[in-house]
Amino acid sequence: MHEYSLVEALISRVEAEARRRQALGVHGLSVRIGELAGVDPELFQTAYDTFRAGTLCAAAPLTLRFVPASWSCPRCATPIPRGEVLRCQACQEPARLDEGSDALTLDGIDLEVP
Amino acid sequence: MCTTCGCGDSELVPVELHEKILAGNDRAARHNREHFLEAGVLALNLMGSPGAGKTAVLEATARAAAGKGWRLGAVSADLATDNDAVRLEKAGIPSKAITTGQACHLDAELVHRSLHGVAWQKTDVFFIENVGNLVCPAIYDLGQAANVVVLSVTEGEDKPLKYPTMFLAADLVLISKCDLIPHLDFDMASLEDALARVMPRPQVLKVSARTGEGMDAWVAWLAARRLEHGLVGKVAGLAAHVHPAAQPHGHGHGPGGHSHG
Repeated sequence: MHEYSLVEALISRVEAEARRRQALGVHGLSVRIGELAGVDPELFQTAYDTFRAGTLCAAAPLTLRFVPASWSCPRCATPIPRGEVLRCQACQEPARLDEGSDALTLDGIDLEVP
Repeated sequence: MCTTCGCGDSELVPVELHEKILAGNDRAARHNREHFLEAGVLALNLMGSPGAGKTAVLEATARAAAGKGWRLGAVSADLATDNDAVRLEKAGIPSKAITTGQACHLDAELVHRSLHGVAWQKTDVFFIENVGNLVCPAIYDLGQAANVVVLSVTEGEDKPLKYPTMFLAADLVLISKCDLIPHLDFDMASLEDALARVMPRPQVLKVSARTGEGMDAWVAWLAARRLEHGLVGKVAGLAAHVHPAAQPHGHGHGPGGHSHG
């Protein structure tokens, strides 16, 4: 259950940003979860709902965007079908993980500023 | 302030960040990594299920690497008890237990704190034995030079397909307890096929801590990683002269810096 420690990191980051901009409130945040980020979106949401009470994020809804994992050949860019051996059949190159597939990213925050 | 009409009301501003949530951990990990490499230490993050044989592999490593003249060291994490660290000490690997309580993984800051009071600078190969868990440890960079996942032959050939994030993070998979294969319905080809579906460049070594099978290849792999990172020629007693970071540990770094307790 590392989702709790991730949410802790997320909320600290949002609070730091809010302080830096002397924000009056946080009205929403958006997070992107890659399929191979090692994070379960539902658990992440639950952890967020548990932890946000009493923080600057208490009233801020969390928008999660799930990014399915995909692989492709770094040489010819041919996608490697899901579940296949991670090597391009044509070029014999080891596959490359496409961007976002394993990322856990804080994309943005809606801040109310004076 | 509202800039449309200058009414003085607050306004809602979308702040674009596109920043990794683990950015703070990654900064701490970079800091650890700099220290390890400056001190000439090959640090490895050893992960795997509970009971995969992580500690046994390290005990056997001490035996197999005896001829190398390396000084080994370890920190060993568990939710409770210091049993593994005690075992490693007995095997000749100076070790410290990290008792994580309820935490299911190590993070870079926890590793950093655990290094205080450990003579890690005087080692050539330093093992960070993670909490037994194939899920959470995979996403935390600790500052290691490489990730090694121990997977025992009793765990099932499809384990990599069930825990793809862990195997994606692995630089090497050690298939452990290979001496048990004759007693099991175990298909190595099937395991290797599963690994090739989650790792683009699967590196696999088959070992047995009990019989010593494959341990020479594992030690050779470690030696190759030392070469790759330019960690050559360090011998006992010389480290303090050769590596500036072997100085007492006290400093402040830029962004992501920290204070020492």
